[in-house]
Amino acid sequence: MDLRIGHLYPDLMSIYGDRGNVLALTQRATWRGFEVETRAFTTGAPWDASWADLYFFGGGQDQGQDIVGADLQAAHGAQLKESIAGGAAVFSVCGGYQLLGREYVPEVGAAIPGLGAMDVTTRAGKVRFVGNLLAETDDGKMLIGFENHSGYTYLGPAAKPLGRVIAGHGNNDTDKTEGAVQGKLIGCYLHGSALPKNPWLADQLIAWGLARRHGEVRLATLDDAEEIAAQTQAAEVATTRT
Amino acid sequence: MTAGSPRTIAAVASGKIARVALQQLGRGATALPGIIALRVAPNAIAELSATLSHGAVCVSGTNGKTTTTRMLSDIVRVAGWQPVHNRSGSNLDRGIAAALLADATWGAEVRGDVGIFEVDEASVPRVLARLAPRVLVITNLFRDQLDRYFEIDALAQRIGNAIAGLRESTTLVLNADDPIVAYLAERHRGPVLTFGVDDATVGGTVPQAISDATRCPRCKQPLAYRRVILAHVGDWYCAYCGLERAPRDVSATGVRLEANASRVRLGGAVASAVDEVVVPLPGLYNAYNALAAIAAARALDISLGTATRALASFKPAFGRLEVIEAEGRRLRLVLVKNPAGFNAAIGALLETDRHPRILAALNDRDADSRDVSWIWDADFEALAPRVAHATVTGLRGRDLALRLKYAGVPRDRVTVIDGWVAAIRAAIAGTPVGQELVVIATYTAMLALRDALSRLGYVGQFWED
Repeated sequence: MDLRIGHLYPDLMSIYGDRGNVLALTQRATWRGFEVETRAFTTGAPWDASWADLYFFGGGQDQGQDIVGADLQAAHGAQLKESIAGGAAVFSVCGGYQLLGREYVPEVGAAIPGLGAMDVTTRAGKVRFVGNLLAETDDGKMLIGFENHSGYTYLGPAAKPLGRVIAGHGNNDTDKTEGAVQGKLIGCYLHGSALPKNPWLADQLIAWGLARRHGEVRLATLDDAEEIAAQTQAAEVATTRT
Repeated sequence: MTAGSPRTIAAVASGKIARVALQQLGRGATALPGIIALRVAPNAIAELSATLSHGAVCVSGTNGKTTTTRMLSDIVRVAGWQPVHNRSGSNLDRGIAAALLADATWGAEVRGDVGIFEVDEASVPRVLARLAPRVLVITNLFRDQLDRYFEIDALAQRIGNAIAGLRESTTLVLNADDPIVAYLAERHRGPVLTFGVDDATVGGTVPQAISDATRCPRCKQPLAYRRVILAHVGDWYCAYCGLERAPRDVSATGVRLEANASRVRLGGAVASAVDEVVVPLPGLYNAYNALAAIAAARALDISLGTATRALASFKPAFGRLEVIEAEGRRLRLVLVKNPAGFNAAIGALLETDRHPRILAALNDRDADSRDVSWIWDADFEALAPRVAHATVTGLRGRDLALRLKYAGVPRDRVTVIDGWVAAIRAAIAGTPVGQELVVIATYTAMLALRDALSRLGYVGQFWED
């Protein structure tokens, strides 16, 4: 059985160790005996909307984000939407999360349209949120990472929060939510990288990805001793030193 | 030389008193006296540095600034000048002030001929606002401590704005192989000297995973490379607007990397002056540091022969590949702080050590980068298949152990140990006598390890040098 991972704009949107997310997805699928192929989806040639089971969309610098935002308003945006409608899952962080949303409203000037695949809107904030971020899902799973963003994201009715903030700021600081889930799309502000230290989330994404072409697949349990140890240490830092 | 203003004299006095007091307490006085002096006289750096007869050199950039300033400091000394140097690596404006007043008379005259200042890249605008350097060197700009410096484009913009405010008399020394750095030349009104590597056998053609400058700094289209050396450094050009690597004033046409040194042949106008420059440190990045120092020496009108002689007897700085003996084992200390620096250090290590034993320490204090994400950008995959054993420690040691796991290091080759002394003891015990232990650590972790090593009787405090 194979898993196809599409890495969205790895040349422009790969900052803050976001590469670790692709590594986590690849290794955790490989350790379970799945074959994994990763392809870059970036500016230039048209995309094959039927190829990827699962996309990763990382954060970028302002310059990269401008280019990617414009690129998604053209043919590539339509191809990504088609792929999502066809059952592909997406995991996005920071800039990628913002670009999947409806729009980004800068401090001055007109709103910049996003892909509109997620019911979230981001506004430029005055204070940049930088620090360890600890959150918890409604069913008690831990989310740990490091946030670094000045965009404040607000969820519309179609998007559900990924977690509730325990330490740090999350989406916008005021409503104490972190990230968003909408169907098989997930967005969040967790760098760190996110998936190695939140292995349950990596496995959720792998399961969604596999399901697109292979139906429901039961994932074998892995020994996550190192993952849990790193998560615990990071959570301790988040609650005591941040 | 004129004596300083009353205010600066007062600043020097208060800084000096603080320095003496700190030393009485057995503490390194690397920054606090500077903070105090700057509070008394914000103009102290400008006034004190104005008394330097050969002016001041500022060296900034992500990697290599400590080694480059130390090389340059040795070079000016061989040239017969007395350098004033923030040698401890305290590289904010307060560290520069501290260095100046450590060497100042009570009348606020500096007992030195030339300032050699390492400048934190985020502090370049602050420092240049207080000091008009004769030479400004920018070594390279890589992603580093994203929680502190934020994005590299913004950082380059800030440095560019500061350069635009420099006098025409300042010589700008730039790494031609780094497109972000090379493009800073556009912002300067005065002379520019460039350095670069022109040996076709150095580097490859495939861009590396952590490239920051995949876009042309002028027209923002994708950059192309004839040769990639490290991350976005190499022989670059833009096929869209035609911007390309400028001709190199100091050009390494031949680079031979050996276990403990590099031999560099220089091309162009300077070629006939010396056969080879011997850089007694391993790794291509140290060859780059030597090129930067040679170019800066040239901007100071110091001969290439003098520079070469000084470089040949160069000793590395704190945590920059220094070697410590401990119980019959050799400990090689490697300070890492960002993916590019890590990859360069690992590249140098793997050239010489087939199956390294490692003590790796990751901290997440301000000086390390509070965000440890960077370890996922570093090429642990190159290291993983070669590691004989890794002892892992530090405030975020478990993140590091996890990184090793995902890079494919088998579980039985990794041991996580909390506590500096315990980790050092275990790592030394696990290393056969006569063999080498490579200590890779972030800044404050290296300080803690050095402190623990010193308490175990293996090494002196670093600010004594």
